[in-house]
Amino acid sequence: MTKALVVATAVTAALALAMIVGYAPNERVQGVVQRIFYFHVPMAWVAYLAFSVVLVASIAYLWKRDSRWDAVARASVEIGVLFTTLVLVTGSLWGKPIWNTWWTWDGRLTSTLVLWFIYVGYLMLRAYTPDPERAARLSAVLGIVGFLDIPIIHFSVQWWRTLHPEPVIARSDPQAPPEMILTLVVSLVAMTLLYTTLLVYRTALERIRDENRELLQGEVNELSTQAGRAPVSTTVGNPNA
Amino acid sequence: MTAFVGQVYAVLAKDLLVEWRSRDLVIAMIVFAFLALVTFNFALDLRPDMVSAVGRGVLWVVVVFAGTIGLGRSFAAERDQGTLEGLLIAPLDRSALFFAKVLGNLLFMALVELVAVAAFVALFNVAIDPLPLAATLALGTLGLAATGTLFAGIASNTRAREVMLPVLLFPIIVPILIGVVQASQPAFGEGAAREAPWLVLLATFDVVYLAAGAVAFEYVLEE
Repeated sequence: MTKALVVATAVTAALALAMIVGYAPNERVQGVVQRIFYFHVPMAWVAYLAFSVVLVASIAYLWKRDSRWDAVARASVEIGVLFTTLVLVTGSLWGKPIWNTWWTWDGRLTSTLVLWFIYVGYLMLRAYTPDPERAARLSAVLGIVGFLDIPIIHFSVQWWRTLHPEPVIARSDPQAPPEMILTLVVSLVAMTLLYTTLLVYRTALERIRDENRELLQGEVNELSTQAGRAPVSTTVGNPNA
Repeated sequence: MTAFVGQVYAVLAKDLLVEWRSRDLVIAMIVFAFLALVTFNFALDLRPDMVSAVGRGVLWVVVVFAGTIGLGRSFAAERDQGTLEGLLIAPLDRSALFFAKVLGNLLFMALVELVAVAAFVALFNVAIDPLPLAATLALGTLGLAATGTLFAGIASNTRAREVMLPVLLFPIIVPILIGVVQASQPAFGEGAAREAPWLVLLATFDVVYLAAGAVAFEYVLEE
């Protein structure tokens, strides 16, 4: 099943790249640079998808206390932060030639930057909490509470500033030619498949690490009881745990 | 219902009494706020012609920084002295505990704000309309107290907890940062009331995070 996913991702990604380079027409005003759009926009949509998955996984973890849900949340946050970083970087690369500035405190840019900070904070919380069960529980709370803020941040920043292009596709009368819309959709599918592949592999890795940790702790406990001493934790103070 | 209020009152009274006996937290926050105002004066070169334009932001940032110090320390003290276990063993509704903590932090921050506003008016000779400012600051501080209490609880579990609280808190309170500064425009004489939507935003934020905190606090404090 995973093989099929990887193949599907590779094929769609190749198709998307081919369409971005060859099929999509040149935008009248911006020229070739505009093609970053086909990367930048799907990455943003996928980042929000990733953080929605974190929300669901966090709720599921607090409810069921199954560490598999926590593995999903961990993996999805990493991928989400990666995609958000790429959104910010591709946005800057696009902005410099078009707006003549790397950054501006426009509503959408600012919201994305704050989003980045919220989930970087999640990663730091995980890294800085020594006990894994506590880390899982606290970051689940953060995964839920942080996501709640996204619409509020969006509105408050939007009221405050606006320069970013108004949605060209996601409105009732799309202002772009069908070739562009098709290229964007293919790119979006490719990006989502890429996210899913990364999520599947990353979650599997996290679950293997969890199992390893439990096995190791079990062995340490056994050896300790045999030696007649108190069991030592393999996680507290261990940066590789 | 009255049992719930009784619980909130009991914990709040305890926190206030402990603080009244030593007064170290509030004094530290006030001194810090005063010092931060003076530092901003040097950093931003706050001359009379531009101080009322920039002043709203300076005042609120000072309150947020001083508040963050107080939030962090209140939880750290509980943990270090082992009183947190006592609270958890007591038959307290976790959301009652949350509201008590929020109210306590709110009162401390309100005290600091009084001093900060007075100092600001004195140092920079800015005329402020007190009632609109009080309303704006009240809503903003409530949101700050709610989110701050929740995240202080989370951060107190980590290494480098002094740093983790601001790292987690500041992105979340961006709506309050924007909202308070925008809503305090009329109070600083910077233009007529466009404050209504911002006050609604602040109130919405407060409601969302008081509710979220009341529910989530139980999961944060599990041992």
